[in-house]
Formats: sequence, structure tokens, C-alpha cells
Amino acid sequence: MTALGPAFAAEWIKLRTLRSSHWALSSAFALSVGLGVLAGRSFSTRWESLPADQRSGFDPTAVGFYGVALGQLAVVVFGVLAVGTEYGGHGGGTIRASLAAVPRRGLFYGAKVLAVAAAALPVCLLTAFAAFFAAQAALGPHGTELGGEGALRATLGAAVYLTLMSLFAVGVTTLLRGSARAMAILLPLLFLGSQGLGNAPGLRAVSRYLPDQAGIAMLQTGGRGVLLRDPLGPAAGLAVLLCWTAAALVGGYLVLRRRDA
Amino acid sequence: MIEVRDLTKRYGRKLAVDGLSFSVRPGRITGFLGPNGAGKSATLRMLLGLDRPTAGRALIDGRPYRELPDPLRRVGALVEPGGVHRGRRARHHLLWLARSNRIPAARVREVIELTGLGPAAGRRAGGFSLGMAQRLGIAAALLGDPPVLLFDEPVNGLDPEGVVWIRTLMRGLAAEGRTVFVSSHLMSEMALTADHLIVIGRGRLLADTAMADFVERHCGSFVRVRTPEPERLLDVLAGAGVTARTGADGALEIAGGDPAAVGELAAAHGLAVHEIGLRAAGLEEAFMRLTASAVEYSSGEEGR
Repeated sequence: MTALGPAFAAEWIKLRTLRSSHWALSSAFALSVGLGVLAGRSFSTRWESLPADQRSGFDPTAVGFYGVALGQLAVVVFGVLAVGTEYGGHGGGTIRASLAAVPRRGLFYGAKVLAVAAAALPVCLLTAFAAFFAAQAALGPHGTELGGEGALRATLGAAVYLTLMSLFAVGVTTLLRGSARAMAILLPLLFLGSQGLGNAPGLRAVSRYLPDQAGIAMLQTGGRGVLLRDPLGPAAGLAVLLCWTAAALVGGYLVLRRRDA
Repeated sequence: MIEVRDLTKRYGRKLAVDGLSFSVRPGRITGFLGPNGAGKSATLRMLLGLDRPTAGRALIDGRPYRELPDPLRRVGALVEPGGVHRGRRARHHLLWLARSNRIPAARVREVIELTGLGPAAGRRAGGFSLGMAQRLGIAAALLGDPPVLLFDEPVNGLDPEGVVWIRTLMRGLAAEGRTVFVSSHLMSEMALTADHLIVIGRGRLLADTAMADFVERHCGSFVRVRTPEPERLLDVLAGAGVTARTGADGALEIAGGDPAAVGELAAAHGLAVHEIGLRAAGLEEAFMRLTASAVEYSSGEEGR
């Protein structure tokens, strides 16, 4: 039986030798940090003109993660392409070569999920801490420190959130067997909470359980609703996102195990 | 050694493979012949564990592919041209395959040399010509130095030079004692390459026979040989109990003969041979007749 070590090594090389992996993870970093800095600057320069209630309920940590909401899109693309390139169009799909090399589907899939996690987690950790420090520097006197209330937990939460979103994307793409179909589901889903249902009164009670809306709750320090209106608590948010991720990954596995390649 | 027993595959309502049984032995090239859509690719995919048989077994060395430890060291396959991501460099494609089956990285360099991929190894596969993509696919198949090789339509779309290269390569692999199983829809290509022939139509076995027997049975094949000393060769052949006749242009023709035996006979008597080969007039027609009857038979049965 082929062991996990060699299968993981192969998946790692596949990720490393695709330009799209590097582009997606670099842009996740750049978007998250860049937009965090812009948000910090904007609050800092307009501080005096902010309404009093905004100033009193101000959550400087959450401001640092404004960019994460967009950075997650790049992380999702990374997860989609890690699987989607196996099914890719133009005769470029490698799924048959992959399964001929590692015929046990669970092993192939497990190695793929681990490789995506192993690539995403360090980048997401770096991104979260860089976004935090850069935004706090931009906020100047209105910023906080890593020792501030809930700041470290929120920063780690951002890293975990981004990593789980990449794995969620891996599951959905395996389930749907292709990048195009996966993006057609994931992009609307990711805008549904923030742009769609999230603004409709009464639907917030439901939309806060969407994967991204639940996950972003981990990024808040005190649930004051800077990033989200009426969010779940951080622990509940993590639990809900974990459930989505697990469901997508299991669904992907069931399809991969059952279908002919 | 490849063994297929009562193999059946149904895709939805379409019966692609229908109770197929045959075995493929090492040390020779076995051609897997059938018109497009006869079930050749489906059979190969089941042999590789990519598709699950509806019924029956497809075994390699007595085991299903999925149970082989480090399968690339047991079986090398060219299933579709490339199967390579367009954005990945050829060398990296071979490297991940090698790693997955604990094949040393040095072997990647070896197969790059062996297939003449050399300068293209650092290029992204998306820019490859069909010929280069095919060479990369062959390099991947040879990576694990496997005793069993499966090639699905390896000469499709290749230029004549590439066709000759693959033919020579396959002969070499069979001569080393490996099992070489190659599918094609072209009888003429098989006649030049294969030692043994498995013919299917509509997912069913139509013939499982030595190439020479097939040729002999289905059309008047003959060995054609040209020599500066035709009289002496006629005597030598007569001495070996082989009757030959002189063709219109002075070449000798031996009905149903084996070119290797004739060549060896000539060599044993120190005779120079300028040209020798198996001529198979009407081979393609024989194949068409064989498969056409299968098509009629199947459709007639379904109509009932």
C-alpha cells in the first residue's frame, strides 16, 4: 500500500509547481494587509469627524481585518485550483495520472487536503499577524497591541478562518469535480452574507450561519459588530465553520470514492 | 501478466464492455484492436483502477491495480496524451509522479534522456507539440521501470518519425521481457507492431490470436524477400521444407511465412538479404469485416 508520506510529498510538489498557487497566496497576503492599512489610515485621519457612538464602540483589532474579507477570496481560489487543476479543461486534467500513481482514493484525497493545509496555514498566519501590526501602525494613537483585549485570539482566529476557507473550497471543488462549477457556487455564497441576505432585516438570523459569516465572527474581539452585524460568538463561529468545512470535505470524499475517474 | 476475467462495464445505459476475458503475456507486444468506441479505453481504465468494473475482474500480476504497492513500479501507462497540467514544467510533472511512488529523483533525469525530452524538460507542458506531449507521457510510463506497460493509442496524431520511435521503443520493451499491451483502432499499425492480437467489438472479444495466425487466417499474407542470389535462397528454403515463388519484380514470396524465420535461415547460410518483410494485403479489410459483423450481431440482438 502506498503510504501517506510519498503521497503528501507528491501533492506538495504539485502545489509548489503551479504558478496559480503562488499568485493566489501572494494576493491573499497583499489584499489582507494592504486593505487593513488603508482602513487604519482612513479611521486615523478622520477620527475627529467620526460620530461619537462609533468612537466609543471602536474595535481597532477588527479594523486590521477589513482586508481579510477580500483576502479570503484569494485563499478560496487557492483551494479551488489545488483540486480544479486535477479536473482542468483543455485536456490538462491530471486526475487520471494522480489516481494511477496513488490508486487509493482516500489516501490521495487525504494527502491533497493535508498539502493544502500545510501550504495555507503558514501563509495565513503570516498574513493575519502582518495585517494586524500594519493596521495598528496605520491607526497610530487609536490602535491597540497584541496584548489588548481579545487581539491575539482574533489574530489567530483570522489565520484559522482563512485556512479553513481554503479547505472548504477543496471540499466543494472535489464535490463538484471542477474549478468553474466550484467558483460558480463559492463566489455567490461568499457574497451572500455580506452583500445579500446580510442586509435584509430578519434574514440575519439565518445568514450568520453561512460559512464566511460564521467564520468572520472569530475575528472580533468583543462581538460589537464592527465587521458584522449581529454575529455569532467567536467559539460558535469557529464551530459552525468547522462543520461546513467537514461537510464539504466529506462530501468531496464520497464523490471521489464513488465516481469513475 | 495481465488478466481480464468476465469484465463488464456499464456507463449509464451504455454497455461499454461486455463479459470480456483475455490474458496478456510478457515478452511480446500484444495489440488491443477495435474500432473507436469498442471498449478499449474503458478496459484499460479498469485495469488501472480508474473505473470500477460493473462485474468481473481486471488483474495485474493476479491483483487488482488498487492493491499494488507503489503501482508505478509495476505498471506504466499512457492513458491520454500528457495528462499533464499546462502550467507545470515537464520535469516537475515527472518529479511529483516519482515522489508519489518512492522512485529516486535521478530516475526522472534518466527517463528525460531516454525519451529525448532533454531541452524541453524545463518548459511548461502547455506549450508542447502533440509529439512532445506523447514523449512526456511515455517518460511518465517508464518512470518506475515497470514490467507491465499499457499504451492507449500511442501513435495517434504523431508524425512518421514519432511513430517509428514509439514502435522501436515498444519492441525494445517487449524484448526485455516486459508485458506490452497497446491499443489501436488501426489494423495497419498493429500489423507492423504487434506479435499477438486481441480484437474486440462492442465490448466483446472477437479474436485472441497470434498476429501471424490472424494474418494467415484472414487474408493471404506472405513474406517478401529480395536477395542478389535468389536461386540459392530458393534452394535453402526448399531444403527447409518451405515453398517459395518468384514475384513479378524478381523478389521471392513465401505464403504464410514468418519473416524472422526466413531471415534467420538466410543468415545461417550466409545469404545477403536486401529487403524482407511481411506483406499483408487486405488486412484492414479483414479487420473491418470482423468488427462489422460484431456490430450487426450486437445491434440485431438489442433490437429484439
